[in-house]
Amino acid sequence: MVKFIETELEQLNKEIDEMWVLVYSQLENTREAVLTSNKGLAQQVIVREKRVNAFELKIDSDVEDLIALYSPVAIDLRFVLAMFKINTDLERLGDFAEGIARYVVNKEDSIPLDADLLKELQLERMFDEVLAMLSTAREALRQENIDLTAQVFEKDNILDELNHNSTSILTEYAKNNTEQISQCFSLSSIFRKLERAGDHITNIAEETVFYFNAKILKHNHKALMDDMIS
Amino acid sequence: MEIIKAQHVNFYYGSFHALKDISMEIEEKSVVAFIGPSGCGKSTFLRLFNRMNDLIPKTRLEGQILINGQDIYGKNIQVDQLRKEVGMVFQRPNPFPKSIYENVAYGLKVNGIKNQDVIEERVVESLKGAALWDEVKDKLKKSAYALSGGQQQRLCIARAMAVSPQILLMDEPASALDPISTAKIEELIRELKKQVTIVIVTHNMQQASRVSDKTAFFYMGEMVEYGRTKDIFTNPEKEATQNYITGRFG
Repeated sequence: MVKFIETELEQLNKEIDEMWVLVYSQLENTREAVLTSNKGLAQQVIVREKRVNAFELKIDSDVEDLIALYSPVAIDLRFVLAMFKINTDLERLGDFAEGIARYVVNKEDSIPLDADLLKELQLERMFDEVLAMLSTAREALRQENIDLTAQVFEKDNILDELNHNSTSILTEYAKNNTEQISQCFSLSSIFRKLERAGDHITNIAEETVFYFNAKILKHNHKALMDDMIS
Repeated sequence: MEIIKAQHVNFYYGSFHALKDISMEIEEKSVVAFIGPSGCGKSTFLRLFNRMNDLIPKTRLEGQILINGQDIYGKNIQVDQLRKEVGMVFQRPNPFPKSIYENVAYGLKVNGIKNQDVIEERVVESLKGAALWDEVKDKLKKSAYALSGGQQQRLCIARAMAVSPQILLMDEPASALDPISTAKIEELIRELKKQVTIVIVTHNMQQASRVSDKTAFFYMGEMVEYGRTKDIFTNPEKEATQNYITGRFG
């Protein structure tokens, strides 16, 4: 016999997965909008952000009901807590997508982005790594595969490095192209948001591991990696 | 420091092997909850701590149960003295057909205390300790049967506490009570823990998680898992424990 709580947990799982797909698509569209300066697409991301926020509130409310009505314990409790936190992290990712989309919408058309600069910054790669991280984190949860969460932690280091490099590249570029200072600030903000997005995806992977293993991973990736290697 | 120590305990009802090689230690002034499905042996194990099973014919115990280092099934043990040290509260309140005052004073009188002032002091102290004093102070001479179920149960706790036991055994003490009375009993357990060690059998998972420091899960006569309540209810080690507390058992 299927217990009531199992039906509720399955429903929560489905909702989180839908939220995941929505946020992924927001980031994917943002990437496309930035790289092709597509203001229409960027505007679409901004409009759809409302759906992300509404979805977050719906999941929050469902989690509250689930805890109040079913008093989950042990693995069920860990699952509910993990979904609650993942929901918040996904919503933050949605905010970053919207924030970046706003740069595209507000960008002055008269000053095109320097293609060579974008190449040097590896902006496209930065976006791709974020999307890959989000995709891997989703698979880790769906497959309950702890090895995949380790891949997420590794990728976060790549984002940190790309973001770090971008600062010096943009500083140098701004010195020689003063008319592009505003663009440089925007690009710097985009990198910072993407780097922060990586941190939130890392949080998602941590919550996933917490659900699997009940290990509190905060600030302790190395211990996990050592554990897994041994 | 442990006050109760069970070593390789096996217990039989005739040929039925009810408890299988159970060893555990219970810390002084802690609350330990025994959980498990009906018939798993948790009440049987609890009732070994004050030799209540002695009253059941054709039973047999192997192994040792030590309280304060002393084998309570040893030859020199006086069972009535043991039960003064190890009090018990049952599922259904069982006050004596006497007044509220006499219910609490009874154990003291049986234990040879004759000084009425001492008895009165202990009765008041016990009723206050059981969080019942304010509700009964004006009707101490009335029958205990006039009290509500929750009040009767607290009276039974006051009666047990009057003789200053070291250990209090509780066999589903709130299962017949409404939520308010249950909450009072649970509050009381937290208070009493300052004075006594409490071992409680309960079918209510949330009650076990609320009141106990450690929890033992029993299944088919075996103690499957025993650990900190916080760990048992967030991250049990055994799959059987997890299946039971999440309601997926069987």
